[in-house]
Amino acid sequence: MYKIVTRKQLNENVVLMEIDAPFIAAKAEAGQFIIYRVDEQGERVPLTIADYDREKGTITIIFQVIGGSTTELAKLNEGDFIHDVVGPLGVATEYEEDAKRIAVVGGGVGCAIAYPQAKKLHNMGVQVDLIAGFRNKDIVILEDEMKAASTDLHICTDDGSYGYHGFVTNKLQELIDGGAKFDEVIAIGPVPMMKFVCKVTEPYGIKTLVSLNPIMIDGTGMCGGCRVTVDGKIKYACVDGPDFDGHKVDFDELMRRNATYKEDEKAHVCRLTGGVR
Amino acid sequence: MPNMSLTKTPIAEQDPKVRARNFKEVTLGYTPEEAMEEAKRCLNCKHKPCMTGCPVSVRIPEFVAKVAEGEFEEAYKIIKSTNALPAVCGRVCPQENQCEGKCVRGIKGEPVAIGRLERFCADYMADKPVAAEKAEPNGHKVAVVGAGPSSLTVAGDLAKLGYEVTIYEAFHTAGGVLMYGIPEFRLPKSIVQQEIDNLKALGVNIMTNMVIGKVLSIDELMGMGYEAVFVGSGAGLPRFMGIEGEGLVGVYSANEYLTRINLMKAYKDEYATPIMKSKNVAVVGGGNVAMDAARSAMRLGAEHVYIVYRRSMDELPARKEEVHHAQEEGIEFLVLNNPVKILGDENGHVKGMECIKMELGEPDESGRRRPVAIDGSNFELEIDTAIMSIGTSPNPLIRSTTPGLEVNKHGCLIVDETESTTKAGVYAGGDAVTGAATVILAMGAGKKAAAAIDEYIKNKQ
Repeated sequence: MYKIVTRKQLNENVVLMEIDAPFIAAKAEAGQFIIYRVDEQGERVPLTIADYDREKGTITIIFQVIGGSTTELAKLNEGDFIHDVVGPLGVATEYEEDAKRIAVVGGGVGCAIAYPQAKKLHNMGVQVDLIAGFRNKDIVILEDEMKAASTDLHICTDDGSYGYHGFVTNKLQELIDGGAKFDEVIAIGPVPMMKFVCKVTEPYGIKTLVSLNPIMIDGTGMCGGCRVTVDGKIKYACVDGPDFDGHKVDFDELMRRNATYKEDEKAHVCRLTGGVR
Repeated sequence: MPNMSLTKTPIAEQDPKVRARNFKEVTLGYTPEEAMEEAKRCLNCKHKPCMTGCPVSVRIPEFVAKVAEGEFEEAYKIIKSTNALPAVCGRVCPQENQCEGKCVRGIKGEPVAIGRLERFCADYMADKPVAAEKAEPNGHKVAVVGAGPSSLTVAGDLAKLGYEVTIYEAFHTAGGVLMYGIPEFRLPKSIVQQEIDNLKALGVNIMTNMVIGKVLSIDELMGMGYEAVFVGSGAGLPRFMGIEGEGLVGVYSANEYLTRINLMKAYKDEYATPIMKSKNVAVVGGGNVAMDAARSAMRLGAEHVYIVYRRSMDELPARKEEVHHAQEEGIEFLVLNNPVKILGDENGHVKGMECIKMELGEPDESGRRRPVAIDGSNFELEIDTAIMSIGTSPNPLIRSTTPGLEVNKHGCLIVDETESTTKAGVYAGGDAVTGAATVILAMGAGKKAAAAIDEYIKNKQ
């Protein structure tokens, strides 16, 4: 059992939890993930580690309430326990050596994962352009933290209600057109966003790292559920990833496979909420 | 006077039509009378050929004689003295290749039903608690990685010798393949849990949610005061064929399909893990895992479930009983067929499988006749789900984080005849060493490793 020591509602749908997990906190690195199971009947759900505190022995997760399992998790309060938390899983992010300037692109709740990447790079002395996209002003999260973790923070909103009016891809394109020389781009967010960030960078040959979130069960290299096609070969996000060279990922296949249980998920949420999403 | 019947005493089973749609155990077990009758078929041979077929050397004629006398508890104790998991072995061992394969009664007629008798003894004792005899602690600590059959055997044997044993399991539940792989209808999970609880009663400590190679390395375990480490981390990543269409929605590995059903209980409404409700399913492969996946698909409500296997019925590697049960339940065996590609619809969902017919040619290095494709014999099978059950390749997590631990060209850990790896104090067994094999072979390796670890630690002093 893993105790929730802090719980914060970051926006209407996004929750931060700091969890007592000393073994995981001792080893966690940016880019790795955990799998949680909320209770005995719960499914195993992967979530990227947003932060860790080795001294306190805690890890932080930030998640969007999107389906049955995140709904159940969000119901828990400070002092409550999560049945199972296992990690740190996956390979820690490996950055381009000697990179001078890196664009870190986050989309929605993906900013929660982009943020620790930016922070780490910023601390390493890299010039960081953090491009953070949200649908609108109301759901912007972690603004102060992201500002502190970047050289330049570019908040973008789809409807223009805050910051730059447009998608992260538009902003990235503008920066490149304006002469910014990125040694690497790191994109974390919804699969379509990562796909289109890769489309922007490909013509310029800018190495683009994406953090993939396929369906997963064990997360340790046993079930094969998280397989993705990278450069025409099968890779397993749990042990080979979750970071991959975005220019080689078959994003369309990933999107299709991630939608496998969409109908079941809807039915499950209906059972939990009586049809209210 | 022995019972000279040429056939085994029949055992009660759920009706095939009924059981094909439920997850309850297929074989119901012997009554005490039936067990005694069957036990009387044993000739009590002096040279005990059956025992030579048993990887954990159960004293078979002795326990069978006790069953014949109605001394079931005594019989159980004899089995248990060398076999940590009798309720499991009685159900899942490939007896036809082991004890029963060597039985003299099998020369003319059927062998003694040793497996059924073993299971009977374990089930008979299941609700009769035997006080765990906790050994006097000897002050030595051993870590065990994984909680499958080899690890449980090592843990049990060492605990009985007084070692303080801690099992580190990656999943939220101990049991390994017994929990996530073998389905409820073949091995009820309550039985596995009982065996695990028995180990805990012996003083074995089990830490779940601990992925060794990630959260702690083998070297770190050694630094925590464990004098030896046993690695029983299991088989690893599923293989795929490398044919077109394996990324389509509706293609599973057998590992994933079975894990969803067995460990995550996707077949029960109150559990959150989903699984596809399939109509026509092709399972590719012919081993026990393939049979388990096919029979599970049938139980989830499929109309047609096919086993697609490239050799013939005679070469199927699965236990005979599983094949027989699968046939009774309506699984359709498309043998001498090989998938060429999996076909998808416009949404990227599986809609069919293109297969090619095969014929058997000259024997290959495994001694089995090599299947050869018949040109132009391609045909299309209408399916919505494909389950690939063609084996696994070893998990990289431990070998890649443990300096000094050597692997062979397949990635399996290298061990000597005492299950000792190339790193001092580190032992290994089960699928991590052999690649995908059986529960009982893993247990046999665990037994050897436990003895070797005891020897190693004693000699260190």
